[in-house]
Amino acid sequence: MSAGSPAAGKPGGFVNWVDSRLPVFSYLQKEYGEYPAPRNFNYWWNFGALAMFILVTMIATGLLLAMQYTANTEMAFDSVQRIMRDVNFGWLLRFLHMNGASFFFLVIYIHMGRGLYYGSYKAPRELLWMLGVVILLLMMATAFMGYVLPWGQLSFWGATVITNLFSAIPLVGDGIVTWLWGGFTVDNPTLNRFFTLHFLLPFLIVGVVVLHVIALHVHGSNNPLGIDPKGPQDTVPFHPYYTMKDSFGLCVFLLVYAGFVFFAPNWFGEPENFVPADPLVTPLEILPEWYFLPFFAILRSVPDILFIDAKLAGVLAMFGSIFVLFLLPWLDTSKVRSCRFRPTYKWFFWILVLDMILLGYVGGNQPDDLSPLGVRFIVLGQIGTLYYFFHFLILLPLLGKIERPRPLPASISEAVLPANRAGGGAPAGATAQRMEKAR
Amino acid sequence: MTDQAHGEHGESRRDFLMLTAAAFSAVGVGYTVWPFISSMNPSQDVLALSSTEVDLSAIEVGQRVTVKWRGSPVFIDHRTPEQIADAEATALDDLPDPEPDSARVQKPEWLVVVGVCTHLGCIPVGQKPGEVTGEFGGWFCPCHGSVYDTSGRIRSGPAPTNLPVPEYTFLDDTTIRIG
Ligand code: HEM
Ligand code: FES
Repeated sequence: MSAGSPAAGKPGGFVNWVDSRLPVFSYLQKEYGEYPAPRNFNYWWNFGALAMFILVTMIATGLLLAMQYTANTEMAFDSVQRIMRDVNFGWLLRFLHMNGASFFFLVIYIHMGRGLYYGSYKAPRELLWMLGVVILLLMMATAFMGYVLPWGQLSFWGATVITNLFSAIPLVGDGIVTWLWGGFTVDNPTLNRFFTLHFLLPFLIVGVVVLHVIALHVHGSNNPLGIDPKGPQDTVPFHPYYTMKDSFGLCVFLLVYAGFVFFAPNWFGEPENFVPADPLVTPLEILPEWYFLPFFAILRSVPDILFIDAKLAGVLAMFGSIFVLFLLPWLDTSKVRSCRFRPTYKWFFWILVLDMILLGYVGGNQPDDLSPLGVRFIVLGQIGTLYYFFHFLILLPLLGKIERPRPLPASISEAVLPANRAGGGAPAGATAQRMEKAR
Repeated sequence: MTDQAHGEHGESRRDFLMLTAAAFSAVGVGYTVWPFISSMNPSQDVLALSSTEVDLSAIEVGQRVTVKWRGSPVFIDHRTPEQIADAEATALDDLPDPEPDSARVQKPEWLVVVGVCTHLGCIPVGQKPGEVTGEFGGWFCPCHGSVYDTSGRIRSGPAPTNLPVPEYTFLDDTTIRIG
C-alpha cells in the first residue's frame, strides 16, 4: 500500500531535495498519510475537516470582499450594495461569506456535540478540547464584528447592545465601553476597528486550529467506542481511507451549502438589516444571528441575584455558559468516554440538545410574550438556563459516580468487524489475524 | 542562580538587582503599552464635537424634541404642569434608583436627559406624539421593556439606573448649551 511507504518522492528528486532541507513532505505524509486513525469512525468525524474547509472558504471570500468594501459609516452600506450589484460575482462572494458563517457555526456545533456524545474531551484530550473552546470564542467575536460591517440597522444596534454589555462591569465598565467605541456611541471609529479585527481574528483562528490539530495528533483521534486503539488491527492509515470518507462528506456538505447560496441566500438573514443604520431610531426587535440565540436567551433570562443586578448577572451567566466548557473535562467524573456505554448520560445528552434548542427558540422571541406552552418566554428561558448550568455543574459530576456503565469491548476491531458482530462475541484472536492479512 | 554572596538575612545582592530590574521593567512596559491602549480611546476631534447649543423658544408646552449630542440623542421635554406634579409627587421608595425630580432639572418645565436606555443602549420611544410612553407617561424602551417616568427615572424593567442628565447650562432663558 503506497500510503505506508515512508519516504516521499524518488531518491535524488526535487521533492527529496526540498524535504531534506524543509521536511514538509514527510510531515504531511506522517500526519495526513500514515496517521493511524481508528478504523471505526462514523460520519460525525467528518465535521472537523468540514470546519477547516469552511475556514479556508471564509478567508478566501473575505479577502476578496475586503478589496471592495469601505469601512466608513458614510459609505459602508453603499459599498456593500455596490458589491451586490456592480462587482463581478460580488453577489456570489457575499452570499458565500454570509451563509458560510451560518454553516461554520452549524458545523462547529455538531463537531462539539460529537465531542460531548463520545467523550472526546476526556483525558488525554483536555487541552485539545479547550483549544476548541478558544476557537469557538474567537469565531463568535469574528462573526459579531463581521455582522457590523454592512452597517444596516441590525449591524448598528446589535453592536450597540453587545458592546454595552461591558458597561455592566462595576466601576470600570463605562470606561471600557467608551474605549471599545473610540467615542460616545458606536460610530466611525468603532466601524474601523471592527473591520480591522474582523480581518485579523480569522488568522488567529488558523493559528489555534494548528495547535488544535497538533494536540489531536499527539494521542490520536477518539472514536465512537471511546476506547484506545490497541494495535494496528484497530486503525487504518488516514489516506486513503479517511481522505475518501471526508471527501464524500464534503461533497454532501457542498450540495447543501450551494443550495442555500444559490436558492435561498437570505434565508438566515433579517430584513431589518437592509435598512441603513440610523443612530436615532432603534428597531422594534433587535435579534442576533441564529447561532447566538441560545446565549442571548441566557443573557435575558437572569433576574437580580442577591446584590448583583440583572444586567450584570445576565452578562456573567452568558459568558459563564461558555466558560463552563473549559471546565468540562474535570466536571465529568466518568472514566467512560462514549455514550454507547453510558446508558444514563446518553439521555441527558439529548436533553441538553433539546435544552439548547429551547433556549434558541426563546432567544428569538420577546421575553414578555406568551409562548405556545402558556407561559411567558422569560419563564421558559429561566428554566432552560437553570437546566443548562444544572447539567454541567451538578449532573455531570454526580452522574459519573452513580451511573453503571455497560461493559467496554476488549478492542475496536473485536467490536466492529462483521465476523464478531454476527456471532455476538467471537474470540478476538480471529479478528486480529484477518487484519494482519488485510494490511 | 549562583548566589554565594549571601547577606545577613539570606538574600543576595543579585536578588536585589533582579527584583529592582523586574520592577523597573514592569513600569517601563506599562508606560510603553499605555499609548497603544490609549490610542483606542476617543480622539481629540471626537472630543471637540462634545458641546451643542439648543434654541428652546420653538418648543411648546407638552412637546418633546430630540437633539444629537456626541452622537447620542438627547431628549428635551417641555413638561406640562401635570407631568411636573407627577414627577415631584413620586415617593422615593417607589424608585429603583432613588433621585428626587428637583435634582434632575434646573427649571422644572425643562427636562433634559440623554435618551439612551441605561440597560443596553437602545433609544426609548415616546418622543413623537402617538408613541408608547409606558405606564408612567415617560418613555418606553422597546428592546427589553424598561419603563421611564416623566422625570426620566427608571420605574420597571431591566435598566439599572435613571436616564442620565447631561451637563448643560442655560445661556439665556431660551437657549441651553449641552456639554
Ligand atoms: C475552526 C474551527 C475548528 C476546526 C477547523 C477544527 C478541526 C478539527 C479537526 C480537523 C479535527 C479532527 C477530525 C475530527 O475529529 O473531526 C478536530 C478534532 C477535535 N475537535 Fe475540532 N475544530 C474546530 C473547532 C472545535 C471546537 C469549537 C471544539 C470544541 C469546543 C473542538 C473540539 C475537538 C475535539 C475534542 C477533537 C478531537 C475529536 C476526536 O478525535 O474525537 N473543535 N478538530
Ligand atoms: S436596552 Fe432598553 S431595556 Fe434593554
